Amino acid sequence: MGTDLVRVEGLHKAYDTPAGPFPALKDVSLSIRPGEFVAIMGPSGSGKSTFMNILGCLDRPSAGRYYLAGSNVEELDPDATARLRNRTLGFVFQGFNLLPRMSLSDNVSLPLVYSGIGHAERRARAQEMLDKVGLGRYADSLPSRISGGQQQRVAIARALVNRPQLILADEPTGNLDSHTSEEIMGVFNALNDEGITIILITHENDVAAHAKRLVRFLDGEIVHDAPNPPRESAPSAASERHPLPWEGGRGEGPPC
Amino acid sequence: MLGAMLHEAWRAMGANRLRTLLTMLGMVIGVGAVVLMMAIGQGAQYSVAQTISSMGSNIFVVLSGFTSTGGVRSGGGNAPTLTVADANAIAELDGVDTVAPVHWGSIQMVYGANNWNTWVQGTTPAYLDARSWPLADGTAFTDSDVRAATRVALIGQTVAQNLFADENPVGKTFRVGQAPFTVLGVLAPKGQNLDGRDQDDLVVMPVSTAQRRVFGTPFPGSVRQILVKASSAEAMPPVEKSMEALLRQRHRLREGADNDFTIRNLTAVADTAAETTRVMSLLLGAIASVSLLVGGIGIMNIMLVSVTERTREIGIRMAIGARERDILAQFLLEAIIISVIGCAIGLLLGVGGALLVNRLAKMVVVVSGGSVLAAFAVAAGVGIFFGFYPAKKAARLDPIEALRYQ
Repeated sequence: MGTDLVRVEGLHKAYDTPAGPFPALKDVSLSIRPGEFVAIMGPSGSGKSTFMNILGCLDRPSAGRYYLAGSNVEELDPDATARLRNRTLGFVFQGFNLLPRMSLSDNVSLPLVYSGIGHAERRARAQEMLDKVGLGRYADSLPSRISGGQQQRVAIARALVNRPQLILADEPTGNLDSHTSEEIMGVFNALNDEGITIILITHENDVAAHAKRLVRFLDGEIVHDAPNPPRESAPSAASERHPLPWEGGRGEGPPC
Repeated sequence: MLGAMLHEAWRAMGANRLRTLLTMLGMVIGVGAVVLMMAIGQGAQYSVAQTISSMGSNIFVVLSGFTSTGGVRSGGGNAPTLTVADANAIAELDGVDTVAPVHWGSIQMVYGANNWNTWVQGTTPAYLDARSWPLADGTAFTDSDVRAATRVALIGQTVAQNLFADENPVGKTFRVGQAPFTVLGVLAPKGQNLDGRDQDDLVVMPVSTAQRRVFGTPFPGSVRQILVKASSAEAMPPVEKSMEALLRQRHRLREGADNDFTIRNLTAVADTAAETTRVMSLLLGAIASVSLLVGGIGIMNIMLVSVTERTREIGIRMAIGARERDILAQFLLEAIIISVIGCAIGLLLGVGGALLVNRLAKMVVVVSGGSVLAAFAVAAGVGIFFGFYPAKKAARLDPIEALRYQ
């Protein structure tokens, strides 16, 4: 299908180990259309992180094909894949991965530096994204001055700043308490409502329940791929549009 | 893009201020040492060049032979083998610019209560021309003074100071024995020659006056040496050859007989001195360059540490779209900034040090624009050369590994 945002066919990936090649992925095929919200689950060593690295153009498969937004990633040179990471993809990591010496604004605008965008526009777009995640007034603070949940929101703002089609989130709530996790998932839901495609790795069922499609990995193979049943227990699932936690006048605490 | 990269490099350097400063210090010392040593070396070359030009350029000195009395040989210049006529004959040769016969000796001068012992150069007006020696005051004697053997003299600065102190010597009369001499002029100062002898301690007078009225000689017309100036440096070897042939013929020396004169090429002596100082200044520069090299290695070392420390940052940057060349440029820029700033400080210290040496040690130092420019080029080069490997290492990192790095 030409309309797929992500299409992988017969993906294999093997790592060389002292005990011989270890197959991390075995014949994985998957298609994701624009606007989907996919959760990927699976135990450690099931190949989900390897899969994510390949989707993120950080790693190359041993065999198989990967089409991202219509282009065959295999045929692209390193600069072109860097461009894909810069413009088409947005990464959100478990450890937030903000640069500690930079202000939030500079962190968020960093991808724009590599797109060759001028200082004034970088600053404006970073501010816009920080406003979107409710942290606009901390634009000049350092990451160490804000909480973990707030840092992850900044990381999401950074992933969004170049208006990507696809967000790749690798255990984005892994370092957060359950309340903050709900908050971050609320952000992802809101983004998905805007039409941004999201692929998210998690091993928490609560988190996976926010997604509309669930893919399970086991021993390098997809063992489950089905739409997620609508959630019933989660409180925010009740409304059609997911309100962001800081919307509705609730004041943010000052940076600690 | 460059603005953002400069900003980031500045921030990265500021994050570890002491380390950055210490790394810079390596460059500061290296560049400072090179600039200072170059200044001293070039200063030495400059003073040698000054001394050489004070001797006059393209000069031969023809010395008369030695006497041998019962097996005891006197030094060169003592036998009356050269004459004014020889000098006139040499002047006719091709490639010869100026010729001045010189009859010299030492005299005791008296003026009022002062007296002074100095060297007399009895010669022709061409002497001043050959040695490119201008007058500071008064006028030179003329060919008619030479013909008439008048008692006139030109005195050097040292003589003027010792004999006349604060008085203006021009027009004054001093005595040698009972004979009065009139000072026509004072020579411009020349300073020391290559042997360290004071060139300003002399009296120049007509050759005939020196021969007949001061020293006397049993061989009329004989001189102790002839100063010959060739028209150019290229003309020197042929002039030397034809001069030797001419003098052998004039002195009726048979085939196989030794010369009864010696031709000395002062330019060759000067070249040797210039070469010596050139080698010395090269040596100084080379030794100082070693410290520049050490400074460069310091930069490389710190950049490698920095790349390791910032592995995770590099991974993040790659994940959000930095190309290899962006990472390379970032680290390279940092290395270049450190070395260029270090170079600028080193330059200031080097020039300051050179001025201090000039003040305290009274040495001539020369800081040329060329050496400053070279120092900057070398610093940028060192930054690029020693920054390249760490930067390349950073750019080649595997983003997945880098992101996992703790």
